[in-house]
Amino acid sequence: MEKTLLDSGDTAWLLTSSAFVMLMTLPALALFYGGLARVKAILNVMGMSFAAYAITSVVWVVISFSLAFGDDIFGIIGDMKFFLLSGVKPDDIASGTKIPVFLYCAFQLTFAAITVALVSGSLIDRIKFSSWCVFVIIWGILVYAPIAHWVWGGGFLAKLGALDFAGGTVVHVNAGMAGLAGALALGRRKKQEILPNNVPFVITGAGLLWFGWFGFNAGSAVAASGLASSAFLSTNTATAVASISWMLTEWILRKKPTLVGLSSGAVSGLVAITPASGYVDVSGAILIGVLAGVIPFFAVAYLKPALKYDDALDVFGIHGVSGAIGAIMTGILANPHINSAGTGLIYGNPKQVITQIIATAVSASYSFIMSFVIFKTIDVIIGLRVKEDEEVEIDKVIHGESAYHLSESE
Amino acid sequence: MKKIEAIIKPFKLDDVKDALTSIGISGMTITEVRGFGRQKGHTELYRGAEYVVDFLPKIKIEIIVPDDMVDKVVKTIIESAKTGKVGDGKIFIYPIEEAIRIRTGEKGEDAI
Repeated sequence: MEKTLLDSGDTAWLLTSSAFVMLMTLPALALFYGGLARVKAILNVMGMSFAAYAITSVVWVVISFSLAFGDDIFGIIGDMKFFLLSGVKPDDIASGTKIPVFLYCAFQLTFAAITVALVSGSLIDRIKFSSWCVFVIIWGILVYAPIAHWVWGGGFLAKLGALDFAGGTVVHVNAGMAGLAGALALGRRKKQEILPNNVPFVITGAGLLWFGWFGFNAGSAVAASGLASSAFLSTNTATAVASISWMLTEWILRKKPTLVGLSSGAVSGLVAITPASGYVDVSGAILIGVLAGVIPFFAVAYLKPALKYDDALDVFGIHGVSGAIGAIMTGILANPHINSAGTGLIYGNPKQVITQIIATAVSASYSFIMSFVIFKTIDVIIGLRVKEDEEVEIDKVIHGESAYHLSESE
Repeated sequence: MKKIEAIIKPFKLDDVKDALTSIGISGMTITEVRGFGRQKGHTELYRGAEYVVDFLPKIKIEIIVPDDMVDKVVKTIIESAKTGKVGDGKIFIYPIEEAIRIRTGEKGEDAI
């Protein structure tokens, strides 16, 4: 460890950010996904986010933190330096930062947890809970940790110069492709046309995600700084623009502005600004917001029905597509006056777009292929899907519980 | 005695209840039901896709009345439940063999 001194402002902010990002999984994502699902599946859907957070919390401190952020081996993976964080002391500072290693570990943990939790959205209504728990463990080690290492841990994509401020590729493209792989591995649900059982939960979840995302993006500055402040403002701007753009798109094409649409637009904007938040200015954020509000709407409303893949909660359509949009737009819009580490096409560096496309394509392919292999392997060993006649009452069948007992006679 | 069963639009429940109590009906049972007739269903939007919802929510009201009240009750229900638009509902009349008050054992019209 370096002999850098701890900065209390940075540390205070990152402690706060870590809690904010934890909130994004629990309860924000649980509420967002839970509200979109059927009432007879809501416990299972929320349970997958809960389990993802709890299980990742353990696997991360045991091994995945080390694989992602240990000392680099050939640009591919980290070493076992941080296994169980044994030997690490509270005053040890994470290299390149002024915050403790323990805090950097905790902050990154929350990212690993939400990434895998996001994948559950494609799998709802038909994946076995036991298979999900096994998937969480294996995927964190074999997919999340390597990609995090390549982009953030000093691996080959970082060496290539790929820019990903808070996880456009590592989190969103990754989760989107893994979700798509899972949707294909599982096959379609018997009944795909479902209306959300609790739109107030969806709205609440989206609001809490927006709130927590300030920790996700502004916290990724790993400093209580001007850059964090810029990321905070870009995040809010892009998200607001995306909500409005999605709403207007829906209003024009479907005649009515739905609240699910407004909430989905917000999430889409949050995803798209994620890789760009610490590199673009307000104008860049506005442009990204417009793209994030419009393009994913078409992916969800037209592409999915046309190609017939059952990505139940649109993890690919929103996280995959918006993540890719944000990652590539970063290559175009990165403003060196905002962050000297990033110069995009419009500031005279056309190569950055190529680098971004490569990083996005590499993460997407690896995530899709490896996730598909993991899903199919689990299928062979313990089975992936619940029995067909159990799909209808999945909460009762898997968890032995009902979400509501509104009258005493039930 | 007759049982009068009325399927009505849910938002009309308070109007019907007030109208019936004002003509002297002192009790009723309601159930939340779903159904369709000529009104068919409606469509709802979800992320750009339209879904048809076939079964519409309705309220079923059941009241037991003496034979000489039947016409007045039916007229009252129609006046208070009608909107003139498709989906207003229907009224069915059944003969009742017996009615018993659980607390006192009273039978027949004394029980209603």
